Amino acid sequence: MSEVFLNGKFVGNVDEPRLFVERAKEERRRGALGHHVNLSYYEKTDTVEIESMRGRALRPLIVVKNGQPLLTERHVRQLEREEISWSDLIDQGIIEYIDANEEEHCFVAFYDHELTAEHTHLEVAPLAMLGLASGLVPYANYNQSTRLNAGSKNQKQSLGLYVSNYALRMDMDVNVLHEPQLPVVQTSLHAISDYQKHPAGQNVVVAIMSFKGYNMEDAIILNKGSIDRGLSRSSYFRPSVAEELRYPGGLVDGICIPDKDVKGYKSERDYRLLEDDGIISPEASIGEGDVIIGKTSPPRFLSNLDEYSLDSSTRRESSVSVKHGERGIIDFVLITENEEGNKLVQVRVRDERIPEIGDKFTSRHGQKGVVGLIVPEGDMPFSESGIVPDILFSPHGIPSRMTISHLIEMVAGKVGALHGRFIDGTAFDVEPEEKLRKELLAMGFRENGVETMYNGETGEQYQAKIFMGNMYYLKLKHMVANKLHSRARGPIQLLTRQPTEGRAKEGGLRLGEMEKDTFIAHGASLLLKERFDSDKTILPVCEGCGTIAIHDEYKNKSYCPLCGDNVEISFVEMSYAFKLILDELKALCVYPKLFLKSKY
Amino acid sequence: MAQETKLLPPKLAGEVLELVKGFSESKAKKVKEIVLQEYSHAQVEPGECVGIISAESIGEPGTQMTLNTFHFAGVAEMNVTMGLPRIIEILDGRSDISTPMMEIFLKNPYSKGKDIKEIALSIKETKLNEISDSFHIDIADKSIAIALNQEKMSELKVTQTMAINALKNGAKGYTLSQVKNGLLLKKKEKEENINVLYVDKEKFKQLHVSGVKGISQVLPVKRGEEYVIITSGTNLKDVFEMDFVDETRTMSNDVFEIAEVLGIEAARQAIINEVFKVIESQGLNVDIRHIMLVADTMCNLGLVKGITRYGVVSEKASVLARASFETPIRHIINAALIGEEDKLDSVVENVMINQPTPIGTGLPSLVVKVKE
Repeated sequence: MSEVFLNGKFVGNVDEPRLFVERAKEERRRGALGHHVNLSYYEKTDTVEIESMRGRALRPLIVVKNGQPLLTERHVRQLEREEISWSDLIDQGIIEYIDANEEEHCFVAFYDHELTAEHTHLEVAPLAMLGLASGLVPYANYNQSTRLNAGSKNQKQSLGLYVSNYALRMDMDVNVLHEPQLPVVQTSLHAISDYQKHPAGQNVVVAIMSFKGYNMEDAIILNKGSIDRGLSRSSYFRPSVAEELRYPGGLVDGICIPDKDVKGYKSERDYRLLEDDGIISPEASIGEGDVIIGKTSPPRFLSNLDEYSLDSSTRRESSVSVKHGERGIIDFVLITENEEGNKLVQVRVRDERIPEIGDKFTSRHGQKGVVGLIVPEGDMPFSESGIVPDILFSPHGIPSRMTISHLIEMVAGKVGALHGRFIDGTAFDVEPEEKLRKELLAMGFRENGVETMYNGETGEQYQAKIFMGNMYYLKLKHMVANKLHSRARGPIQLLTRQPTEGRAKEGGLRLGEMEKDTFIAHGASLLLKERFDSDKTILPVCEGCGTIAIHDEYKNKSYCPLCGDNVEISFVEMSYAFKLILDELKALCVYPKLFLKSKY
Repeated sequence: MAQETKLLPPKLAGEVLELVKGFSESKAKKVKEIVLQEYSHAQVEPGECVGIISAESIGEPGTQMTLNTFHFAGVAEMNVTMGLPRIIEILDGRSDISTPMMEIFLKNPYSKGKDIKEIALSIKETKLNEISDSFHIDIADKSIAIALNQEKMSELKVTQTMAINALKNGAKGYTLSQVKNGLLLKKKEKEENINVLYVDKEKFKQLHVSGVKGISQVLPVKRGEEYVIITSGTNLKDVFEMDFVDETRTMSNDVFEIAEVLGIEAARQAIINEVFKVIESQGLNVDIRHIMLVADTMCNLGLVKGITRYGVVSEKASVLARASFETPIRHIINAALIGEEDKLDSVVENVMINQPTPIGTGLPSLVVKVKE
């Protein structure tokens, strides 16, 4: 008697578990049981486990009976003629979905010529064991798995044509690559996933060589000429939204050019781009601080009666303006109404992003890097035939990472580019390297892909032969323009009077605790004090009771709230944060007192 | 003449005096002067921030330390916690360390390998369940039958009387009788609850029969010319009482036990040795004086305190300094209850109130005498 568990719950017993599981599987193939039900018999615990819950990873396998796959040539032909579809094969029990548990009890052949009588299943294609993104890596089977992982992760961040109607959409924070291309070295997943409809990179000429140390530590070097010709240009879109909100009492926001007497009026210059309706015009070039949508709101608190008047002097400015460090061109203006019937204005800002030092690029093999230098075309190394590489990749990135596929893609890309054809790099089913080498040799190149190259600055021939080939390179969405930040002075927080945090708030760069320790270790005590006095204040302290006293600027007189004005009051410099903690302690009914002592 | 040597630490002064024996007086004076000069050069400047420098000097290489514990596989060596976990364990001042261990050095005839196996076996603790085949509870009879394994007993050099003695002391409330191939324990009082019997049975299994308590494994190893016994589990006190043990060199890796048996100075040295051993084994290079400073702060109260909020941090004089390191509320409340005063004479407090810290350039101040 074996126990049977359905989704982990005990449901009953069976006498012959093996037969039971076998029969149930037959029923599933027949269609009497759901396709997503999986069964397995565990000998050790003598239990049958049936799983039908959602959230299990299933994968399709071709059913094999007596060493023969149920999928025949006839089925394949029918599929090609589109007489049958994938789901027909599943309904007929030719292909079934197996979960991780059931897979443990299966014997799966990789290829049909490996089939024996013991096999229960056949792989649909070896590629099927990889996911979508990893399947897009060419020559993936030549790689270490961690690099394959990195390579597929990078592809998800690449710029491309994410939708073809992007011009009509108001997506937040999106990038579109100008002139994306299909890779020369493809996998079968490129065809399956309609890659030609949303390509995400460009084919470039890559030479593996160092260049004046500017491609150390995974940096890459770009050819200025290639950039000028449009390599890896992209557009960055970000919409701004303003809504005419309705407030209780019949007051509404107004989208317009604010009057000069509105509270918080910026400067006339900031509003210069607005048209009469208070909205900026398309193709206007904007910079930091410029107003995109002019808007005024009613006062926040209605205290006295005259604020009920519609006089503009009581209204407050609430325009949408360009944030710190941003710039661009107005791409699209949309005026509409939202669900509540309020006027809604959306303005999309476009910014052309030309590759610059600090932008992130990657090949499809987890070889990501940041642009370290942009070299004028005339100074780039060139080959005997006059080919100038677009990208110089450091050779030190190869040995430790062992990304053989990166090297093979270069050779394959070279062959493909010279022949004008696509190369198949589908994992486990690639165009063999030897064949590529022979083709390269036949075209008059060295079979190993290296070429004689010349120093672009001196014209001298390099002693070493340089490995050069064509690759598919992706521009990643991490661009310096979105990240660059520095500050000397700037906004502070209201509560602590310390600098704000983060780029968006033009924040300061923190000198953290460990950095503080280095100042102490050097004994640089006074420098340390200076570094931390961003929130220093001078406060009057009562020497009688030790509380913070009050200083009256008008009367130029200090007095203590507890001891009155007949007491010694001294001015002490301290950090505002410390004053704050004293106040917070008082709120907690802890009474901190300051005892003053002359420093000298 | 002795003026220079007075300023030197005693050990160094002795060495210098030894060195200048036979020198002419002027030459000896010159040597002493040079030594004194070198010595004062080697001293730390006033205001030098030794604590932070020690912390950084240990902490930075610590980031490179491998997190995984190395295991000495096989029989040759025992499994010892090393690496970062071990350092954390020592510096936190944990009293129950994960792999307690002793290195027992032996006195002369034994250190050459005499009766080494017998000696090792006599140290190892034998528990009752190691020499018995089964413990059987008879519910009806309210008794526990222990089947002794004669083979194992002779192997571990345990006699039946030893087992009986152990049970006589350990099994109170039972009458003991010898039966065929074993012992029978019968509950004296009528006990309704069988569970009690079961609990007792488990307790008897762990009864100490022979050897040194707490020592679960012994391993005689040859170190150069000498035989040493490595044990897992420590019990310095009992081991020191054995006459074949060289108590001057026998060591434990349990700092707390050393503090208890040998005193706080030995514990300080043990901390230094243990930490240094780990750092060395990782191939890192940390000056031993940094570790000495850490060991000093851990031991300067006469008992071993860990570098935790319950240990040395709780001994800090400043309320603000204590509050800035974990659980601030507790420290502030306690300080408020007794009206504690913070003299603001250390670093953290002064950083908090944005005043110069009394260290390095912040230490000296100018004193001017004002003319009246």
